[in-house]
Amino acid sequence: MQSPEQKLIQIERQEYEDLASQFRPKPKLARNLLWAFVVGGLICTLGQWMVNLMVGRGVSLADASSAASCILIFLAALTTGLGYYNQLGQRAGAGSIVPITGFANAIVASALEFKREGYIFGVGARIFTVAGPTLVFGFVVAVLMGLIKVFLTS
Amino acid sequence: MPGRKKRGQQTVVFDTPPTITAWASVVGPKEGAGPWGRDFDAVMDDYIFGEKTWEIAEYKMLRNTIERALDKRNFRPDDAELLLAGDLLNQIVASNFAARDLAIPFLGLYGACSTMAESLTVGAMLMDGGYFERIVAAACSHHYTAERQYRFPTEQGVQKAQTAQWTATAAGAVLLEARGSGPYIKAATVGKVIDMGQTDASDMGSAMAGAAVHTIKTHLDDMALSGDYYDLIVTGDLGKVGSAIARQLFVREGIVSPNYSDCGVLLYDREQAVGSGGSGCGCSACMLCGPLLKKMRGGELRKLLLICTGALMSPITAFQGESIPGIAHAVAIELW
Repeated sequence: MQSPEQKLIQIERQEYEDLASQFRPKPKLARNLLWAFVVGGLICTLGQWMVNLMVGRGVSLADASSAASCILIFLAALTTGLGYYNQLGQRAGAGSIVPITGFANAIVASALEFKREGYIFGVGARIFTVAGPTLVFGFVVAVLMGLIKVFLTS
Repeated sequence: MPGRKKRGQQTVVFDTPPTITAWASVVGPKEGAGPWGRDFDAVMDDYIFGEKTWEIAEYKMLRNTIERALDKRNFRPDDAELLLAGDLLNQIVASNFAARDLAIPFLGLYGACSTMAESLTVGAMLMDGGYFERIVAAACSHHYTAERQYRFPTEQGVQKAQTAQWTATAAGAVLLEARGSGPYIKAATVGKVIDMGQTDASDMGSAMAGAAVHTIKTHLDDMALSGDYYDLIVTGDLGKVGSAIARQLFVREGIVSPNYSDCGVLLYDREQAVGSGGSGCGCSACMLCGPLLKKMRGGELRKLLLICTGALMSPITAFQGESIPGIAHAVAIELW
């Protein structure tokens, strides 16, 4: 049970929230979606173009895919270091976070940020500050998928 | 029993009001490119200030600002009796390191972005109390040190919310003297911590507006003044969102026709892509120690109420889902 005082605070806070919410600018959904679609699409198209190019010259699909990923990661790391990727991210949002380039950006940005605290307690300890959750939950999902596969095929 | 100099609920009025005899501000390139660029004492060429790290750049900026303020009265750091300063970094290291170099007796303050008003209030009280005759009150913030401590690595490609604010790279320092000419500190209102239950760490304006209006209302009631008494009532860093909320709350609280603005809104141009506006200790500190005091010296402003607003959260409490309490302190500065 809530005491009357707690209830009063809750009402006051709700009133305040109702007032405050009128003044928060709405996210520009259509523009954000368009940017995310175009930038994300372009990054993936670039990757696909590289794969097609390499396969066309006789590289196996598996090798071409790995090479294309490496090149995209390199480009993302380079543009992060040069200070362009965050500017892209401000506009493209998920469009530049979701592709593999976003993962590279997260790791390189952290590495750059914490380099000044040294290679062990800075770079080493904190390089996965942002990308860490992706790895952890990526592994968790991989294990779950593996288990599902084992049960379905046995 | 309330103190002899206490007025009303939360306000103190100074018997022998401390005078602001000198002030200085140093800002970063983005702040210098804003509408007030020429009103600051110096604009840094870049954010690193010729140093190895942003943290060192921040404390050098603060030290430089304090030296400039003292220099205007031909004082050396030894001549100051007390330094009151604070910043946003963990353990307020920027202020600690600046105080180490300056070797002025030092009391470090933390009030998040409300630090400038906090240092002026404490300084004015100590001076009116008769303990010191020459006090420096200062505050600073740096965009990139704050960004890495509170948010993401600076090169991280994330989209900032439109309600988010831009931590100013700026420092401001005020020299208070028991005697001298200049604007004086008439009264100060110490704010309560007010929690409106807001939890969004990228919307500080909403979290602090309640505290700001509470302090303004209390100040006006304690001093028996109406809203239009001051030539300008200026909050520290509510930004566009927070100041819009504050204006509505003025109506609710019956504060009549205040001449109101916000340093976070004023500091940058519309085109500078700063979301809801500026923030950080340096935001109100550099606006006070640049354009605002300049206008007071020129006589354009004669009665100023500065309310610096702070969001009292840490990245840890934010991740733990706790609400963001706000605080606001008010300082009344007037011309003789």
